[in-house]
Amino acid sequence: MALTAAQIANIAHLARLELTPAEVPVYQQTLSSIFAFVGELERAQTASVDPMAHPLPGLSQRLRPDVATEQDRHEQYQANAPQVAAGLYLVPKVIE
Amino acid sequence: MAQLSEGLRRKEFSSVELTSRLLERIEASQPKLNALISITREEALQSAQAADRALASGNATQLTGVPIVHKDIFCTQGIKTTCGSRMLENFVAPYDATVVAKLKSAGVVMLGKANMDEFAMGSSNENSYFGPVQNPWKTGSVPGGSSGGSAAVVAARLAPAATATDTGGSIRQPAALCGVTGLKPTYGRVSRYGMIAFASSLDQGGVIAATAEDAALVLRAIAGFDPKDSTSVERDVPDYVSSLNAPLAGLKIGLLKEFFDKGLDAEVERRIRDALTVYEKLGASLREVSLPNLPLSVPAYYVVAPAECSSNLARFDGVRFGHRCENPRDLMDLYKRSRGEGFGAEVKRRIMTGTYVLSAGYYDAYYLKAQKVRRLIADDFARAFSEVDVLMGPTTPTPAFQIGAKVSDPVTMYLNDIYTIGANLAGVPAMSLPCGFVDGLPVGLQIVAPQFGEARMLNVAHLYQRETDWHSRVPEAYA
Repeated sequence: MALTAAQIANIAHLARLELTPAEVPVYQQTLSSIFAFVGELERAQTASVDPMAHPLPGLSQRLRPDVATEQDRHEQYQANAPQVAAGLYLVPKVIE
Repeated sequence: MAQLSEGLRRKEFSSVELTSRLLERIEASQPKLNALISITREEALQSAQAADRALASGNATQLTGVPIVHKDIFCTQGIKTTCGSRMLENFVAPYDATVVAKLKSAGVVMLGKANMDEFAMGSSNENSYFGPVQNPWKTGSVPGGSSGGSAAVVAARLAPAATATDTGGSIRQPAALCGVTGLKPTYGRVSRYGMIAFASSLDQGGVIAATAEDAALVLRAIAGFDPKDSTSVERDVPDYVSSLNAPLAGLKIGLLKEFFDKGLDAEVERRIRDALTVYEKLGASLREVSLPNLPLSVPAYYVVAPAECSSNLARFDGVRFGHRCENPRDLMDLYKRSRGEGFGAEVKRRIMTGTYVLSAGYYDAYYLKAQKVRRLIADDFARAFSEVDVLMGPTTPTPAFQIGAKVSDPVTMYLNDIYTIGANLAGVPAMSLPCGFVDGLPVGLQIVAPQFGEARMLNVAHLYQRETDWHSRVPEAYA
Protein backbone atom coordinates (compact mmCIF):
# COMPACT_ATOMS: atom_id res chain seq x y z
CA MET A 1 0.00 0.00 0.00
CA ALA A 2 1.52 3.30 -1.07
CA LEU A 3 0.36 6.46 0.65
CA THR A 4 0.03 9.66 -1.35
CA ALA A 5 1.48 13.01 -0.30
CA ALA A 6 -2.09 14.19 0.31
CA GLN A 7 -2.73 11.28 2.68
CA ILE A 8 0.45 12.08 4.61
CA ALA A 9 -0.66 15.71 4.88
CA ASN A 10 -4.02 14.59 6.22
CA ILE A 11 -2.49 12.23 8.81
CA ALA A 12 -0.08 14.97 9.89
CA HIS A 13 -3.00 17.38 10.26
CA LEU A 14 -4.96 14.92 12.39
CA ALA A 15 -1.82 14.39 14.51
CA ARG A 16 -1.25 18.16 14.77
CA LEU A 17 2.22 17.93 13.29
CA GLU A 18 3.69 20.49 10.91
CA LEU A 19 5.89 18.70 8.38
CA THR A 20 8.52 20.37 6.23
CA PRO A 21 8.26 19.75 2.46
CA ALA A 22 11.37 17.56 2.72
CA GLU A 23 9.76 15.35 5.38
CA VAL A 24 6.67 14.47 3.31
CA PRO A 25 8.30 12.03 0.84
CA VAL A 26 10.27 10.39 3.68
CA TYR A 27 7.10 9.66 5.63
CA GLN A 28 5.31 8.64 2.44
CA GLN A 29 7.92 5.97 1.87
CA THR A 30 8.47 4.81 5.46
CA LEU A 31 4.81 4.79 6.53
CA SER A 32 3.92 2.87 3.37
CA SER A 33 6.49 0.22 4.22
CA ILE A 34 5.27 0.08 7.85
CA PHE A 35 1.65 -0.45 6.75
CA ALA A 36 2.74 -3.11 4.27
CA PHE A 37 4.61 -4.81 7.11
CA VAL A 38 1.77 -4.68 9.66
CA GLY A 39 -0.56 -5.89 6.91
CA GLU A 40 0.78 -9.36 7.76
CA LEU A 41 -1.75 -9.35 10.60
CA GLU A 42 -4.43 -10.10 8.02
CA ARG A 43 -3.38 -13.72 7.82
CA ALA A 44 -4.16 -14.40 11.51
CA GLN A 45 -7.42 -16.24 12.13
CA THR A 46 -9.20 -14.04 14.66
CA ALA A 47 -12.90 -14.55 13.95
CA SER A 48 -13.77 -15.75 17.48
CA VAL A 49 -11.03 -13.91 19.39
CA ASP A 50 -11.76 -11.13 21.87
CA PRO A 51 -9.51 -8.08 21.52
CA MET A 52 -7.00 -7.68 24.36
CA ALA A 53 -6.55 -4.13 25.65
CA HIS A 54 -4.07 -4.84 28.45
CA PRO A 55 -2.23 -7.86 29.84
CA LEU A 56 -3.75 -8.19 33.32
CA PRO A 57 -6.79 -10.48 33.41
CA GLY A 58 -9.50 -9.23 35.75
CA LEU A 59 -8.02 -5.76 36.09
CA SER A 60 -10.65 -3.08 36.53
CA GLN A 61 -10.24 0.59 37.21
CA ARG A 62 -9.97 1.22 40.92
CA LEU A 63 -12.11 3.88 42.58
CA ARG A 64 -10.97 6.04 45.47
CA PRO A 65 -12.82 8.22 47.95
CA ASP A 66 -13.79 11.54 46.40
CA VAL A 67 -11.47 13.70 48.46
CA ALA A 68 -8.82 16.17 47.37
CA THR A 69 -5.33 14.68 47.57
CA GLU A 70 -3.39 17.29 45.63
CA GLN A 71 -2.30 20.63 46.99
CA ASP A 72 -2.38 23.78 44.94
CA ARG A 73 0.99 23.79 43.21
CA HIS A 74 0.09 25.80 40.15
CA GLU A 75 3.10 28.08 40.45
CA GLN A 76 5.46 25.13 40.40
CA TYR A 77 3.64 23.52 37.48
CA GLN A 78 3.43 26.74 35.53
CA ALA A 79 7.16 27.30 35.92
CA ASN A 80 7.44 24.81 33.03
CA ALA A 81 4.91 26.61 30.84
CA PRO A 82 6.15 28.57 27.80
CA GLN A 83 3.92 31.60 28.54
CA VAL A 84 1.95 32.42 31.69
CA ALA A 85 0.35 35.56 33.09
CA ALA A 86 -1.64 35.99 36.31
CA GLY A 87 -1.73 32.23 36.85
CA LEU A 88 -3.16 31.63 33.37
CA TYR A 89 -1.64 29.82 30.39
CA LEU A 90 -1.39 32.13 27.40
CA VAL A 91 -2.21 31.07 23.84
CA PRO A 92 -2.84 33.06 20.65
CA LYS A 93 -6.25 34.67 20.43
CA VAL A 94 -8.91 31.98 19.89
CA ILE A 95 -12.17 33.99 19.87
CA GLU A 96 -12.46 37.01 17.59
CA MET B 1 25.99 -3.31 44.09
CA ALA B 2 25.86 -6.08 46.70
CA GLN B 3 29.63 -5.68 47.11
CA LEU B 4 29.46 -1.89 47.35
CA SER B 5 26.74 -2.19 49.98
CA GLU B 6 29.02 -4.53 51.97
CA GLY B 7 31.95 -2.13 51.64
CA LEU B 8 29.84 0.81 52.86
CA ARG B 9 28.67 -1.13 55.91
CA ARG B 10 32.17 -2.31 56.75
CA LYS B 11 33.36 1.30 56.43
CA GLU B 12 35.92 0.34 53.78
CA PHE B 13 34.86 3.55 52.00
CA SER B 14 32.21 6.20 52.50
CA SER B 15 29.31 6.96 50.19
CA VAL B 16 30.88 10.36 49.48
CA GLU B 17 34.12 8.65 48.39
CA LEU B 18 32.27 6.14 46.26
CA THR B 19 30.01 8.80 44.74
CA SER B 20 32.93 11.13 43.94
CA ARG B 21 34.86 8.30 42.32
CA LEU B 22 31.90 7.35 40.10
CA LEU B 23 31.17 10.98 39.21
CA GLU B 24 34.77 11.28 38.03
CA ARG B 25 34.41 8.14 35.94
CA ILE B 26 31.16 9.45 34.46
CA GLU B 27 32.66 12.85 33.62
CA ALA B 28 35.70 11.22 32.02
CA SER B 29 33.51 8.88 29.95
CA GLN B 30 31.07 11.50 28.65
CA PRO B 31 33.07 12.67 25.59
CA LYS B 32 33.43 9.04 24.49
CA LEU B 33 30.15 7.37 25.49
CA ASN B 34 27.59 10.19 25.90
CA ALA B 35 25.71 7.85 28.25
CA LEU B 36 24.16 10.59 30.37
CA ILE B 37 22.01 13.60 29.59
CA SER B 38 22.41 15.23 33.02
CA ILE B 39 25.03 14.69 35.70
CA THR B 40 23.66 15.67 39.11
CA ARG B 41 26.96 16.15 40.92
CA GLU B 42 25.77 18.51 43.64
CA GLU B 43 22.62 16.56 44.52
CA ALA B 44 24.60 13.30 44.46
CA LEU B 45 27.19 14.54 46.93
CA GLN B 46 24.47 15.91 49.20
CA SER B 47 22.60 12.61 49.28
CA ALA B 48 25.90 10.74 49.75
CA GLN B 49 26.62 12.87 52.82
CA ALA B 50 23.14 12.11 54.16
CA ALA B 51 23.73 8.42 53.43
CA ASP B 52 27.01 8.47 55.33
CA ARG B 53 25.22 9.98 58.33
CA ALA B 54 22.54 7.28 58.12
CA LEU B 55 25.19 4.58 57.87
CA ALA B 56 27.03 5.99 60.90
CA SER B 57 23.88 6.19 62.99
CA GLY B 58 22.69 2.70 62.07
CA ASN B 59 19.58 3.93 60.22
CA ALA B 60 20.63 2.44 56.89
CA THR B 61 18.93 0.07 54.47
CA GLN B 62 20.92 -2.36 52.35
CA LEU B 63 20.93 0.22 49.55
CA THR B 64 21.84 3.30 51.61
CA GLY B 65 24.71 5.16 50.00
CA VAL B 66 24.78 3.01 46.86
CA PRO B 67 24.77 5.11 43.67
CA ILE B 68 22.44 4.67 40.71
CA VAL B 69 21.64 6.41 37.42
CA HIS B 70 18.02 7.00 36.40
CA LYS B 71 16.85 6.72 32.83
CA ASP B 72 15.79 10.24 31.82
CA ILE B 73 12.21 9.05 31.38
CA PHE B 74 11.67 9.03 35.17
CA CYS B 75 10.59 12.36 36.64
CA THR B 76 13.04 13.70 39.21
CA GLN B 77 11.83 16.63 41.29
CA GLY B 78 13.74 19.84 40.63
CA ILE B 79 15.93 18.16 38.02
CA LYS B 80 15.67 18.29 34.25
CA THR B 81 13.72 15.34 32.82
CA THR B 82 14.03 15.40 29.03
CA CYS B 83 12.94 11.93 27.86
CA GLY B 84 15.64 12.34 25.22
CA SER B 85 13.56 14.97 23.42
CA ARG B 86 13.87 18.56 22.32
CA MET B 87 10.23 18.81 23.40
CA LEU B 88 11.28 18.47 27.06
CA GLU B 89 14.76 19.97 26.76
CA ASN B 90 14.03 22.45 29.55
CA PHE B 91 11.41 20.50 31.51
CA VAL B 92 12.11 20.43 35.25
CA ALA B 93 9.95 17.75 36.83
CA PRO B 94 7.76 19.10 39.64
CA TYR B 95 7.63 15.70 41.40
CA ASP B 96 9.47 12.39 41.70
CA ALA B 97 8.38 9.22 39.90
CA THR B 98 7.42 6.51 42.40
CA VAL B 99 10.48 4.47 41.35
CA VAL B 100 12.71 7.48 42.07
CA ALA B 101 10.97 8.24 45.38
CA LYS B 102 11.28 4.64 46.56
CA LEU B 103 14.99 4.46 45.81
CA LYS B 104 15.52 7.88 47.36
CA SER B 105 13.84 6.81 50.57
CA ALA B 106 15.98 3.65 50.60
CA GLY B 107 19.02 5.95 50.66
CA VAL B 108 20.15 5.36 47.07
CA VAL B 109 22.28 8.17 45.60
CA MET B 110 21.32 9.45 42.12
CA LEU B 111 24.38 10.29 39.99
CA GLY B 112 22.53 11.57 36.95
CA LYS B 113 20.04 10.88 34.17
CA ALA B 114 20.78 8.36 31.43
CA ASN B 115 20.57 9.08 27.72
CA MET B 116 17.85 7.26 25.79
CA ASP B 117 15.98 7.11 22.50
CA GLU B 118 13.50 9.98 22.36
CA PHE B 119 10.35 9.05 24.32
CA ALA B 120 11.77 5.50 24.53
CA MET B 121 11.13 4.92 20.82
CA GLY B 122 14.09 3.18 19.29
CA SER B 123 16.41 0.19 19.43
CA SER B 124 19.78 1.89 18.98
CA ASN B 125 19.80 5.11 21.02
CA GLU B 126 20.29 6.99 17.75
CA ASN B 127 16.94 8.74 18.23
CA SER B 128 18.11 10.85 21.18
CA TYR B 129 17.99 14.63 20.71
CA PHE B 130 21.15 14.66 22.83
CA GLY B 131 23.12 12.48 20.42
CA PRO B 132 23.75 8.74 20.19
CA VAL B 133 25.36 6.68 22.94
CA GLN B 134 28.39 4.56 22.06
CA ASN B 135 28.62 0.89 22.97
CA PRO B 136 31.40 0.66 25.61
CA TRP B 137 32.59 -2.59 24.00
CA LYS B 138 33.19 -1.05 20.58
CA THR B 139 33.17 2.57 19.50
CA GLY B 140 30.96 2.97 16.44
CA SER B 141 28.53 0.26 17.56
CA VAL B 142 25.12 0.98 19.05
CA PRO B 143 24.44 0.24 22.72
CA GLY B 144 20.87 -0.78 21.85
CA GLY B 145 17.80 1.10 22.92
CA SER B 146 15.80 2.64 24.14
CA SER B 147 17.62 2.30 27.51
CA GLY B 148 21.00 2.54 25.74
CA GLY B 149 22.41 5.04 28.25
CA SER B 150 21.40 2.87 31.21
CA ALA B 151 23.04 -0.21 29.68
CA ALA B 152 26.23 1.65 28.72
CA VAL B 153 26.49 3.13 32.25
CA VAL B 154 26.44 -0.34 33.81
CA ALA B 155 28.68 -1.94 31.15
CA ALA B 156 31.34 0.76 31.67
CA ARG B 157 30.92 0.45 35.45
CA LEU B 158 29.96 4.11 35.81
CA ALA B 159 27.31 2.98 38.30
CA PRO B 160 26.43 -0.46 39.66
CA ALA B 161 22.87 -0.20 38.36
CA ALA B 162 20.54 2.01 36.37
CA THR B 163 16.78 2.22 36.15
CA ALA B 164 15.30 1.55 32.73
CA THR B 165 11.97 0.95 31.00
CA ASP B 166 10.80 -1.69 28.54
CA THR B 167 7.88 -1.29 26.13
CA GLY B 168 9.05 -3.71 23.42
CA GLY B 169 12.51 -4.76 24.61
CA SER B 170 14.05 -1.46 25.73
CA ILE B 171 15.63 -3.01 28.84
CA ARG B 172 16.60 -6.44 27.52
CA GLN B 173 17.91 -5.51 24.06
CA PRO B 174 20.43 -2.88 25.26
CA ALA B 175 21.39 -5.13 28.20
CA ALA B 176 22.18 -7.88 25.67
CA LEU B 177 24.13 -5.59 23.35
CA CYS B 178 26.16 -4.13 26.24
CA GLY B 179 26.83 -7.40 28.09
CA VAL B 180 24.88 -6.61 31.26
CA THR B 181 21.85 -7.99 33.11
CA GLY B 182 18.46 -6.45 32.34
CA LEU B 183 15.14 -7.19 34.00
CA LYS B 184 11.68 -6.26 32.73
CA PRO B 185 9.13 -7.10 35.43
CA THR B 186 5.53 -8.23 34.95
CA TYR B 187 3.25 -5.46 33.67
CA GLY B 188 1.87 -3.73 36.77
CA ARG B 189 4.62 -4.92 39.15
CA VAL B 190 6.49 -1.59 39.22
CA SER B 191 4.61 1.71 39.37
CA ARG B 192 4.47 3.77 36.17
CA TYR B 193 3.68 6.97 38.10
CA GLY B 194 6.08 9.67 36.94
CA MET B 195 7.47 7.48 34.17
CA ILE B 196 6.74 9.44 31.00
CA ALA B 197 4.19 7.38 29.07
CA PHE B 198 4.84 5.86 25.64
CA ALA B 199 2.43 2.91 25.29
CA SER B 200 0.53 2.50 28.54
CA SER B 201 -0.57 -1.12 28.12
CA LEU B 202 3.03 -2.20 27.43
CA ASP B 203 5.34 0.15 29.40
CA GLN B 204 7.04 -1.31 32.43
CA GLY B 205 9.86 0.04 34.59
CA GLY B 206 12.73 -2.17 35.61
CA VAL B 207 16.47 -2.28 36.10
CA ILE B 208 19.78 -2.87 34.39
CA ALA B 209 22.60 -4.09 36.64
CA ALA B 210 25.78 -6.10 36.43
CA THR B 211 24.26 -9.21 38.01
CA ALA B 212 20.93 -10.87 38.69
CA GLU B 213 21.62 -10.44 42.41
CA ASP B 214 21.88 -6.67 41.99
CA ALA B 215 18.77 -6.64 39.82
CA ALA B 216 16.97 -8.50 42.64
CA LEU B 217 18.12 -5.90 45.18
CA VAL B 218 16.80 -3.03 43.08
CA LEU B 219 13.56 -4.78 42.10
CA ARG B 220 12.81 -5.48 45.77
CA ALA B 221 13.11 -1.74 46.41
CA ILE B 222 11.02 -0.48 43.46
CA ALA B 223 8.26 -3.12 43.11
CA GLY B 224 4.90 -2.92 44.81
CA PHE B 225 1.45 -1.41 44.76
CA ASP B 226 1.09 2.30 44.10
CA PRO B 227 -2.33 3.94 44.36
CA LYS B 228 -1.07 6.65 41.97
CA ASP B 229 -0.84 4.16 39.07
CA SER B 230 -4.24 2.77 38.12
CA THR B 231 -2.69 -0.36 36.58
CA SER B 232 -0.42 -1.08 39.55
CA VAL B 233 -1.16 -4.52 40.97
CA GLU B 234 -2.13 -5.03 44.61
CA ARG B 235 0.04 -7.99 45.40
CA ASP B 236 2.81 -8.62 47.95
CA VAL B 237 6.41 -8.26 46.84
CA PRO B 238 8.37 -11.44 47.53
CA ASP B 239 11.95 -11.25 48.80
CA TYR B 240 13.68 -11.65 45.45
CA VAL B 241 17.08 -11.83 47.16
CA SER B 242 16.46 -14.65 49.64
CA SER B 243 15.31 -17.09 46.93
CA LEU B 244 18.28 -16.51 44.59
CA ASN B 245 20.06 -19.75 45.51
CA ALA B 246 17.16 -22.20 45.32
CA PRO B 247 18.29 -25.35 43.47
CA LEU B 248 17.31 -25.77 39.82
CA ALA B 249 16.94 -29.56 39.82
CA GLY B 250 13.75 -30.45 37.99
CA LEU B 251 13.43 -27.03 36.34
CA LYS B 252 11.64 -27.36 33.01
CA ILE B 253 13.04 -25.00 30.39
CA GLY B 254 11.16 -24.43 27.16
CA LEU B 255 13.22 -23.49 24.12
CA LEU B 256 11.26 -21.10 21.99
CA LYS B 257 11.18 -22.76 18.62
CA GLU B 258 10.28 -19.50 16.87
CA PHE B 259 13.41 -17.83 18.30
CA PHE B 260 15.82 -20.32 16.78
CA ASP B 261 14.77 -19.40 13.27
CA LYS B 262 16.54 -18.42 10.09
CA GLY B 263 17.01 -14.83 11.25
CA LEU B 264 19.25 -15.90 14.14
CA ASP B 265 23.00 -15.37 13.69
CA ALA B 266 24.74 -18.78 13.80
CA GLU B 267 27.40 -17.63 16.26
CA VAL B 268 24.81 -16.09 18.58
CA GLU B 269 22.92 -19.38 18.47
CA ARG B 270 26.09 -21.24 19.50
CA ARG B 271 26.52 -19.04 22.61
CA ILE B 272 22.88 -19.62 23.56
CA ARG B 273 23.23 -23.39 23.12
CA ASP B 274 26.36 -23.29 25.32
CA ALA B 275 24.40 -21.50 28.04
CA LEU B 276 21.68 -24.12 27.85
CA THR B 277 24.19 -26.89 28.55
CA VAL B 278 25.10 -25.07 31.79
CA TYR B 279 21.45 -25.33 32.81
CA GLU B 280 21.39 -29.01 31.97
CA LYS B 281 24.38 -29.51 34.28
CA LEU B 282 22.43 -27.68 37.00
CA GLY B 283 19.68 -30.29 36.73
CA ALA B 284 17.24 -28.55 34.40
CA SER B 285 15.56 -30.32 31.50
CA LEU B 286 15.12 -28.77 28.07
CA ARG B 287 12.28 -29.20 25.64
CA GLU B 288 11.24 -27.33 22.55
CA VAL B 289 8.00 -25.40 22.70
CA SER B 290 6.22 -23.60 19.91
CA LEU B 291 4.36 -20.31 20.19
CA PRO B 292 2.83 -20.34 16.71
CA ASN B 293 1.51 -16.76 16.79
CA LEU B 294 4.77 -15.22 17.99
CA PRO B 295 5.98 -14.31 14.47
CA LEU B 296 3.08 -11.82 14.40
CA SER B 297 4.27 -10.04 17.53
CA VAL B 298 6.27 -7.33 15.74
CA PRO B 299 3.43 -6.31 13.38
CA ALA B 300 0.90 -6.45 16.26
CA TYR B 301 3.20 -4.28 18.38
CA TYR B 302 3.70 -1.73 15.61
CA VAL B 303 -0.03 -1.13 15.58
CA VAL B 304 -0.76 -1.21 19.33
CA ALA B 305 2.29 0.77 20.52
CA PRO B 306 2.01 3.65 18.01
CA ALA B 307 -1.75 3.85 18.65
CA GLU B 308 -1.16 4.31 22.37
CA CYS B 309 1.77 6.64 21.68
CA SER B 310 -0.30 8.92 19.45
CA SER B 311 -2.80 9.27 22.27
CA ASN B 312 -0.26 9.70 25.10
CA LEU B 313 1.84 12.24 23.22
CA ALA B 314 -1.18 14.40 22.47
CA ARG B 315 -0.45 16.07 25.83
CA PHE B 316 2.55 17.87 24.33
CA ASP B 317 0.70 20.86 22.96
CA GLY B 318 3.14 23.74 23.47
CA VAL B 319 0.80 25.30 26.04
CA ARG B 320 1.34 23.82 29.49
CA PHE B 321 4.93 22.57 29.26
CA GLY B 322 7.50 21.65 26.66
CA HIS B 323 8.70 23.30 23.48
CA ARG B 324 6.73 26.17 21.93
CA CYS B 325 7.35 27.51 18.44
CA GLU B 326 8.18 31.20 17.82
CA ASN B 327 5.39 33.65 16.90
CA PRO B 328 2.41 31.29 16.40
CA ARG B 329 -0.23 32.73 14.04
CA ASP B 330 -3.11 30.99 15.79
CA LEU B 331 -3.76 28.07 18.11
CA MET B 332 -3.59 25.43 15.35
CA ASP B 333 -0.28 26.83 14.13
CA LEU B 334 1.01 26.78 17.72
CA TYR B 335 0.10 23.10 18.14
CA LYS B 336 1.45 21.99 14.79
CA ARG B 337 4.72 23.85 14.73
CA SER B 338 5.50 23.25 18.42
CA ARG B 339 5.00 19.50 17.91
CA GLY B 340 6.65 19.43 14.49
CA GLU B 341 9.77 21.13 15.88
CA GLY B 342 9.77 19.49 19.34
CA PHE B 343 9.53 15.86 18.23
CA GLY B 344 12.21 13.99 16.32
CA ALA B 345 11.71 11.98 13.12
CA GLU B 346 10.96 8.58 14.70
CA VAL B 347 8.55 9.97 17.29
CA LYS B 348 6.64 11.77 14.53
CA ARG B 349 6.61 8.55 12.52
CA ARG B 350 5.07 6.63 15.42
CA ILE B 351 2.52 9.35 16.18
CA MET B 352 1.42 9.34 12.53
CA THR B 353 1.32 5.54 12.39
CA GLY B 354 -0.87 5.54 15.50
CA THR B 355 -3.07 8.35 14.22
CA TYR B 356 -3.69 6.43 11.01
CA VAL B 357 -4.51 3.05 12.61
CA LEU B 358 -6.98 4.73 14.95
CA SER B 359 -8.64 6.84 12.26
CA ALA B 360 -12.13 6.22 10.94
CA GLY B 361 -12.23 3.36 8.45
CA TYR B 362 -8.95 1.79 9.58
CA TYR B 363 -9.62 1.13 13.27
CA ASP B 364 -11.09 -2.36 12.76
CA ALA B 365 -8.60 -3.45 10.12
CA TYR B 366 -5.52 -2.44 12.09
CA TYR B 367 -6.12 -1.63 15.74
CA LEU B 368 -8.83 -4.12 16.61
CA LYS B 369 -7.11 -6.81 14.56
CA ALA B 370 -3.82 -6.20 16.38
CA GLN B 371 -5.56 -6.41 19.75
CA LYS B 372 -6.99 -9.79 18.73
CA VAL B 373 -3.60 -11.04 17.60
CA ARG B 374 -2.24 -9.80 20.93
CA ARG B 375 -4.67 -12.12 22.70
CA LEU B 376 -3.53 -15.07 20.52
CA ILE B 377 0.09 -14.35 21.49
CA ALA B 378 -0.74 -14.03 25.20
CA ASP B 379 -2.65 -17.34 24.99
CA ASP B 380 0.41 -18.95 23.38
CA PHE B 381 2.54 -17.89 26.36
CA ALA B 382 -0.07 -19.16 28.84
CA ARG B 383 -0.16 -22.53 27.07
CA ALA B 384 3.63 -22.78 27.09
CA PHE B 385 3.78 -22.00 30.82
CA SER B 386 1.38 -24.86 31.54
CA GLU B 387 4.15 -27.14 30.25
CA VAL B 388 7.41 -25.47 31.31
CA ASP B 389 8.63 -23.20 34.15
CA VAL B 390 10.57 -20.70 32.07
CA LEU B 391 11.22 -20.05 28.39
CA MET B 392 14.67 -19.38 26.98
CA GLY B 393 16.16 -18.14 23.77
CA PRO B 394 18.32 -15.33 22.42
CA THR B 395 17.51 -11.73 23.36
CA THR B 396 18.52 -10.39 19.94
CA PRO B 397 19.17 -11.98 16.54
CA THR B 398 22.66 -10.44 16.23
CA PRO B 399 25.21 -8.64 18.42
CA ALA B 400 25.41 -4.82 18.35
CA PHE B 401 25.25 -3.31 14.86
CA GLN B 402 27.03 -0.22 13.55
CA ILE B 403 25.74 3.25 14.29
CA GLY B 404 23.94 4.43 11.15
CA ALA B 405 23.43 0.94 9.70
CA LYS B 406 19.65 0.79 10.14
CA VAL B 407 18.49 4.39 10.51
CA SER B 408 17.04 4.77 7.06
CA ASP B 409 14.76 1.73 7.17
CA PRO B 410 12.41 1.69 10.16
CA VAL B 411 11.06 -1.82 9.51
CA THR B 412 14.60 -3.30 9.63
CA MET B 413 15.17 -1.42 12.88
CA TYR B 414 11.86 -2.65 14.31
CA LEU B 415 12.86 -6.27 13.63
CA ASN B 416 15.65 -5.96 16.23
CA ASP B 417 12.99 -6.46 18.85
CA ILE B 418 11.61 -9.62 17.27
CA TYR B 419 12.51 -11.77 20.30
CA THR B 420 11.59 -9.28 23.01
CA ILE B 421 8.21 -7.84 22.02
CA GLY B 422 6.18 -10.98 22.81
CA ALA B 423 6.80 -10.61 26.56
CA ASN B 424 5.43 -7.05 26.49
CA LEU B 425 2.30 -8.02 24.58
CA ALA B 426 1.66 -10.84 27.08
CA GLY B 427 2.71 -8.74 30.09
CA VAL B 428 5.08 -11.42 31.38
CA PRO B 429 8.48 -10.76 33.04
CA ALA B 430 11.69 -11.37 31.11
CA MET B 431 15.44 -10.90 31.53
CA SER B 432 18.59 -10.79 29.48
CA LEU B 433 21.90 -12.14 30.81
CA PRO B 434 25.34 -11.97 29.24
CA CYS B 435 26.31 -15.41 27.92
CA GLY B 436 29.38 -14.88 25.74
CA PHE B 437 30.84 -12.82 22.92
CA VAL B 438 30.91 -12.82 19.13
CA ASP B 439 33.81 -10.84 17.64
CA GLY B 440 34.28 -8.96 20.91
CA LEU B 441 30.62 -7.99 21.23
CA PRO B 442 28.37 -9.40 23.95
CA VAL B 443 25.50 -11.86 23.43
CA GLY B 444 22.39 -12.01 25.63
CA LEU B 445 20.44 -15.03 26.82
CA GLN B 446 16.77 -14.27 27.37
CA ILE B 447 14.68 -15.86 30.13
CA VAL B 448 10.92 -15.39 30.12
CA ALA B 449 8.74 -16.37 33.10
CA PRO B 450 5.00 -16.49 33.83
CA GLN B 451 3.33 -13.35 35.24
CA PHE B 452 4.71 -12.48 38.70
CA GLY B 453 7.40 -15.17 38.33
CA GLU B 454 10.27 -12.70 38.93
CA ALA B 455 11.61 -14.56 41.99
CA ARG B 456 12.05 -17.84 40.11
CA MET B 457 13.40 -16.03 37.04
CA LEU B 458 16.04 -14.20 39.11
CA ASN B 459 16.93 -17.47 40.82
CA VAL B 460 17.39 -19.13 37.42
CA ALA B 461 19.55 -16.22 36.25
CA HIS B 462 21.63 -16.06 39.45
CA LEU B 463 22.57 -19.74 39.38
CA TYR B 464 23.84 -19.36 35.81
CA GLN B 465 25.97 -16.42 36.96
CA ARG B 466 27.38 -18.55 39.80
CA GLU B 467 28.63 -21.00 37.16
CA THR B 468 29.89 -18.50 34.59
CA ASP B 469 31.77 -15.20 34.59
CA TRP B 470 30.38 -13.46 31.49
CA HIS B 471 28.60 -10.94 33.74
CA SER B 472 31.89 -9.86 35.35
CA ARG B 473 33.64 -9.03 32.06
CA VAL B 474 34.28 -5.31 31.63
CA PRO B 475 35.41 -3.52 28.44
CA GLU B 476 39.16 -2.92 28.60
CA ALA B 477 38.87 0.87 28.53
CA TYR B 478 36.69 0.80 31.66
CA ALA B 479 38.29 -2.02 33.67
